[in-house]
Amino acid sequence: MQRILNWIDDRFPLTALWKSQVSEYYAPKNFNFWYFMGSLALVVLVMQLITGIFLTMSYKPDATKAFESVEYIMRDVAGGWFIRYAHSTGASAFFIVVYLHMFRALLYGSYRKPRELLWIVGCFIYLALMAEAFFGYLLPWGQMSYWGAQVIVNLFSTVPIIGDDLGTWIRGDYTVSDVTLNRFFAFHVAAVPLVLLLLVVVHLMALHEVGSNNPDGVEIKDRKDPKTGHPIDGIPFHPYYTVKDLVGVVVFLAFFSIVLFFWPDGGGYFLEANNFVPANPLQTPVHIAPVWYFTPFYAMLRAVPSYFNSQFWGVLVMGAAVVILFFMPWLDRSPVKSIRYRGPLYKGWLAAFVVSFLVLGYLGVVPVTVWGQFSEKVPLLGTADKATVVARVLTIVYFLFFLLMPWYTARDKTKPVPERVTG
Amino acid sequence: MMNALARLLGIALLAVAGVAAGNEGGAQLEPAPAHRLDVESLQRGAAHFVNYCIGCHSAQFMRYSRLTGLGLNEQQIRDNLMFSTDKIGSPMLSPMSKADAAIWFGVPPPDLSVEARVRGKDWLYSYLLAFYQDGKAPTGWNNLVFPGVAMPHVLWNLQGSQQVVETEFEDAEKAEAAVIAAKGLALAERIPGGKYVVKTLAIESPGTMSSVEYRRFVADLVNYLDYMAEPARNQRINIGIVVLIYLGVLFVFAYALKRVYWKDVH
Repeated sequence: MQRILNWIDDRFPLTALWKSQVSEYYAPKNFNFWYFMGSLALVVLVMQLITGIFLTMSYKPDATKAFESVEYIMRDVAGGWFIRYAHSTGASAFFIVVYLHMFRALLYGSYRKPRELLWIVGCFIYLALMAEAFFGYLLPWGQMSYWGAQVIVNLFSTVPIIGDDLGTWIRGDYTVSDVTLNRFFAFHVAAVPLVLLLLVVVHLMALHEVGSNNPDGVEIKDRKDPKTGHPIDGIPFHPYYTVKDLVGVVVFLAFFSIVLFFWPDGGGYFLEANNFVPANPLQTPVHIAPVWYFTPFYAMLRAVPSYFNSQFWGVLVMGAAVVILFFMPWLDRSPVKSIRYRGPLYKGWLAAFVVSFLVLGYLGVVPVTVWGQFSEKVPLLGTADKATVVARVLTIVYFLFFLLMPWYTARDKTKPVPERVTG
Repeated sequence: MMNALARLLGIALLAVAGVAAGNEGGAQLEPAPAHRLDVESLQRGAAHFVNYCIGCHSAQFMRYSRLTGLGLNEQQIRDNLMFSTDKIGSPMLSPMSKADAAIWFGVPPPDLSVEARVRGKDWLYSYLLAFYQDGKAPTGWNNLVFPGVAMPHVLWNLQGSQQVVETEFEDAEKAEAAVIAAKGLALAERIPGGKYVVKTLAIESPGTMSSVEYRRFVADLVNYLDYMAEPARNQRINIGIVVLIYLGVLFVFAYALKRVYWKDVH
């Protein structure tokens, strides 16, 4: 065995890689619940790749056969229903895990120096994931698939001057059609997964270069054991975190299985009822709502009024809501990283941000009339939809969290940071 | 095209508003007394489907052979449920052509393979109970759950014919109270003049079945439609229980392993 390993090591740095990336990668010993999400995201990615490959074996990217082939998978392919539900549940699970992973970064300042690039690569992963989900959602070719794609592609058509041509260029047709389905299939199963995999590798390499942050926001590399040269508060990723993450994976799989086997529709949020009606370009469904993971941004889009006879402003706001994430490392001027040592200002703003994100997510799935209208006596707001007004306020809160960050993080009262992690 | 989004969003929002209004004003449904493990009910439902529905509605994603999932063997399926084909692997197709159907009814009858996933059991159950005579409708039949439906009441000789009973109320709140008090199919509608009318149904002339028998008939049929929409459901749930037990055991070992390795981390 050792001889085989030596033979390989002479030709490829296998042992060196294993050591640098896993068995001698020192991670802080005080990881908590939030630090499971990274490994879980990797697990979900692998599950999506595997189930996706099996789905591709039976799926037909053809407007006349796509819907039928999905039902064929659900009924006639051995274990097909399991693969399909695992993939559809996996899409939602991916976003749940990634949103929690990103929230962890906000809690403990994981985007701060020296991890700016790590954070930016992560933002690109999030963008790629959104693209992957969007392209994949068209493939079942149900009513929601079709009209959802129609609405989103039309967002690009609002771009001034080149909009119309841009929309046609994306679809490859004047309307979402068989051509669109074929190219979305190509993007979903080949182009975007390749980008996603590459970005994940870069993300992990960057992480292992700078080292993991931790709930205290203390750099463990600053305190090394003079004898071994390893961080005093660090433990090797393997075996410590491999066995710990295994527990996390088992618990995650239990929750995942509860949805997959007992609640695959996710109450209409993971698989929408209307998507069991085959796509019909001549019949607009009564209610078009994106899948839940896009709804905060959809609510923002709906909340922005049109100016100069154009909806482009809403699209800009929606895009800015994602792009602004990239600037986090330079917006935060706090002397500390972790929420544990931050003052009330950051805590308050973070809470307001989370509330606005969640409520916007809710407002994105319900009709704007959900809370009724203001009575005519209310000045300025009279007869406006209450939900629209709330969505506007929350959109502003969402942006203020970022735009005011340089100001409130700099003047926040912080607590002294301990020299070593506190466990 | 610049306005395409505006138009689409407008349609979406209007439609959304329509749904909200529809939900507020939509008919109160009755819960379907159908259970996925009631095999006899499912078998009766399959018989009802091939006797009463398949003349117009296909279930193109459902193969006759899949009816073995209802505790029937292939010979029983051939003898009792297959009228238009002798190949057990054939899909359950209607003999009616779509082109003919479109001429006769205005719209072709929808395929029912996954209809239960679109509408839900309660909607289907209520819908099949909610036909009433309406002289203004092209077929002479209307439906409280699906107003203006193109489908005639094909089960009328079983259920009998119903008339709609309208009661007027001064305001929305009283109308809503009346709908709740009806405890079954009821629809509140706003009428010109700001008043509300609550519509309920009453049997005018009885059919060959009693009300209880007809409800059982519809419940069996809906149970079958629900099975057909996802034949793997029972298998899915059974496997799910085993998977969760397995993960429970795996958790014990995984957690013990973690505890052992982390003993010396302080």
